Amino acid sequence: MTTLTPSISASLLAILPELVILITACTVLIADLYTRPDQKESNHSLTIIGLVAALLAVGFIGGSVPTAAFSESFVRDPMSDLLKGAILIVSLLTFVYAKDYMRDRDMWVGEYHVLLLFAVLGMLIMVSANGFLTLYLGLELLSLCLYALVAFDRDSKAGAEAAMKYFVLGALGSGMLLYGISMLYGASGGFAFADVAAAVASDEVNEQILVFGLVFALIGIAFKFGAVPFHMWMPDVYQGAPTPIVLFLSSAPKIAAFAMAARILIEALGGLQTDWGEILVILSVLSLALGNVVAIAQKNIKRMLAYSTISHVGFIFLGLLAGSEQGYASAMFYSVVYALMSAGAFGVLLLISNKGQDVQELDDLKGLSDRDPWLGAMMALIMFSMAGVPPMVGFVAKLLVLEAIIAQGMVWLAIVAVIFSIIGAFYYLRVIKLIYFDKPITEVPVVTSASARVAITFNGAAILLLGMYPAALFSLCQQAFAV
Amino acid sequence: MLFEFPWLSLVIWLPIVGGIAVIASGEQNAELTKRIALTFALLTFLVSLPLWFGFDASTAAMQFVERSPWLPALGVDYYLGVDGISMPLILLTTFISIFVIIAGWDVISYKPSQYMAAFLIMEGIMVGVFSALDAILFYFFWEAMLIPMFIIIGVWGGPNRVYATIKFFLYTFFGSVFMLVALIYLYFQTGSFDILGFHEVPLGLTAQILIFIAFLLAFAVKVPMFPVHTWLPDAHVEAPTGGSVILAAIMLKIGGYGFLRFSLPIAPDASAELDWLIITLSLIAVIYIGLVALVQQDMKKLIAYSSIAHMGFVTLGFFIVFAIFQRAETAGAVMGIEGGMVQMISHGFISGALFLCVGVLYDRMHTREISAYGGVINRMPWFGAFVVFFAMANAGLPGTSGFVGEFMVILAAFRADFWFAFLAATTLVLAAAFTLWLVKRVIFGDTANDNVAALKDLNPRETLNLSVLAAATLAIGIWPKPLIDVMEPTIDNLVQQIQVSKLPDGAELIAPPVARLQP
Repeated sequence: MTTLTPSISASLLAILPELVILITACTVLIADLYTRPDQKESNHSLTIIGLVAALLAVGFIGGSVPTAAFSESFVRDPMSDLLKGAILIVSLLTFVYAKDYMRDRDMWVGEYHVLLLFAVLGMLIMVSANGFLTLYLGLELLSLCLYALVAFDRDSKAGAEAAMKYFVLGALGSGMLLYGISMLYGASGGFAFADVAAAVASDEVNEQILVFGLVFALIGIAFKFGAVPFHMWMPDVYQGAPTPIVLFLSSAPKIAAFAMAARILIEALGGLQTDWGEILVILSVLSLALGNVVAIAQKNIKRMLAYSTISHVGFIFLGLLAGSEQGYASAMFYSVVYALMSAGAFGVLLLISNKGQDVQELDDLKGLSDRDPWLGAMMALIMFSMAGVPPMVGFVAKLLVLEAIIAQGMVWLAIVAVIFSIIGAFYYLRVIKLIYFDKPITEVPVVTSASARVAITFNGAAILLLGMYPAALFSLCQQAFAV
Repeated sequence: MLFEFPWLSLVIWLPIVGGIAVIASGEQNAELTKRIALTFALLTFLVSLPLWFGFDASTAAMQFVERSPWLPALGVDYYLGVDGISMPLILLTTFISIFVIIAGWDVISYKPSQYMAAFLIMEGIMVGVFSALDAILFYFFWEAMLIPMFIIIGVWGGPNRVYATIKFFLYTFFGSVFMLVALIYLYFQTGSFDILGFHEVPLGLTAQILIFIAFLLAFAVKVPMFPVHTWLPDAHVEAPTGGSVILAAIMLKIGGYGFLRFSLPIAPDASAELDWLIITLSLIAVIYIGLVALVQQDMKKLIAYSSIAHMGFVTLGFFIVFAIFQRAETAGAVMGIEGGMVQMISHGFISGALFLCVGVLYDRMHTREISAYGGVINRMPWFGAFVVFFAMANAGLPGTSGFVGEFMVILAAFRADFWFAFLAATTLVLAAAFTLWLVKRVIFGDTANDNVAALKDLNPRETLNLSVLAAATLAIGIWPKPLIDVMEPTIDNLVQQIQVSKLPDGAELIAPPVARLQP
């Protein structure tokens, strides 16, 4: 028994960021009981401190040598370091953006912080999972928190409907994933990704069962990403849920979903790349097509951004299906960048929502540049980035993905992708048109807190500067997949 | 010393920094804002002068080269340099930008600081396009250029600006994404994004043709060539005067520059195969668009169509070389491309000046309808003189820069085929017809109405603008030699380059004299 002690402490060190988040969540949960309703500022401060501490912890234990913990069920490696960092930063932005909005609507209660923190914890666990069980644990922790958060506005019918829909379809997705995992377990006899990978590599396994499991696991992944044809929950959830929740839902969990896809498809089932590559071709082309085309018809900006997300997922899948290190790294880069852009876009929507009036329709953005030039410029920057116009980082992300798939000789796929990017450019431009070229329909000035303004500036600067100096982030992504 | 200093980076980033400074100065003090903007535009022109004076006109090699890794994982470098093709265009950019800033001085009252900033940032980006020697860096600037122009037309444009600007953006975006795919494909052939490396790599004919078409989509939209020219009249009509000037004087040249930097040297065999396509489209642009210009009711639209016709001349000059090769000659080839280049520079001055002239009238009368004018010269003699001068230059009057380029292209066309030259020369008639008729209706005659009777002649600022441009037009018209000397080695080298086939099975001449002539 004495031999276990150092390994336990090493294991605990490896999960330091998770521990920090867990402790913060529990502290907020208890502290909330002892604060009066008008003194909820402490929850916010505690949460921010916890996230920053977790971020520091990620940096503290980070390194290029992977360390496994808890009997190989948990792993910390360069990929998890980067993705955790990104998740924590995006979550921090979420809390800062959402503060005024939630407070004005009496939703700024302890439970909101606790649920969000547990969701962050779930994502961190997903990112570091070294086996299907850990992964599923993290995924469900995340999903359950999100279901509750979508319905967080108790009096909103749309919110309740969205949560119901999300829950039913999300449970279905989880079920599919679980079924796939059971197949893979049946074929390989192990839950650890390494066991499954070894089984795939050996010839003694029934390949049919493996592929069967792969298909179901992939459906689960596609559900969580919201790739066509498993995207049905997204537009309704985006439209129905409170904007801060959508902000969170659309950004950090996409990074976690990427981690899930990377762990399952690359680490465990890398040997079946030709099989899942073909499936991903279909998923990504459908996502690009449907996302970009249907987004044009939307009048509700949250719904439009939902379809935009779907099209970006298509790009992330393109990177994955390239099946090369370059491709994986580009998909990872894309996910991180997408989370940043999405956080910024919803962040602006939050900041310009006045008390009692949510920004829902595209027309609400009219003349934003006159009402608040800085926020207008940030939104325009984010939209140009999403459309893939240099010098914004969205262009670099698309470039890297295109390069990865052309390297594999799939030039036609690259052409499909760029054609749908052109179509997509239209609805992003329309947003910029509303911001800059139209007259405001309301003269109400935009009131924002200084911290939110700093956050959106940081967000916009990140999008611009990462676009001009992408090398550092991309080399981190490459390290994650370097053999 | 002259070569060590990163002059190109300075010319790119100085106006961009200036743009940010102008935005930061805010909208409160418009006068200060304009002064800052003008200072930066002048400074940028000054720091671009060493490119001319320090330029070694005896070599075709890239000069003022700067190279450092930018995205090492993909072999993307921050790689700048100029040769005889790009250097004059950079000077044109920094030169014209000054007048754009001055032209917006009194006219722009809505958010002047953002207006000035957009033009300064645009200037830096356009210089970047001309000096980038890395394909991704080129594409980076190429696309980034859309953003300020999109805003300029959309915010300060005319009544139908939203339609025009979105059309402009989507057209150009559509064209350029295929170029991106082609660039990435070329990367995998050479292992880097070095444009000069692209020039060397052997490519099969099918690959070349696909690459050529991808580039054609990008550059033809930008030039613009018939039939993808329809965005230009819309964009011009709706754009503010400064926007029109930049569009006509510089942005269109970027398409022509693209042909010389990418299409011809990277895909010479495909260019030779498809030269009939470009020549046909160019001739259609010259004749058909010339006729379309004749019937325009709107002054800006007329000049926009005249730009398309003149740019048709440029592309004709570039691709006529292959028709000359087919006759187993090379003598006129250099002249064709040189003529196209001179035409681009000259058109930069003339079209810019003509749009400024329209702007002068529009600022006073707020209409661009030709029928609203008549007898302007009675009230604005100085202005009338300038308009007549630029109209003559536009029609290609000897002694003006408009003549030099057209004459060289027509001479080269004679070497290729009499009928090409014949059709191209109709432009002399058509351009004379539509510009002189425009002058007759707007400038001459009796004073048409009370509004015209109330016109005031040019203010000093407008006079300064137009005189400098007139001087430049005359200078190149009378003594084009310095300009041609600068370009000559580069274009010689280019013509040699495109004569050598890039097909993998050996370095045969593109135009084996006999084989080509047989039907």
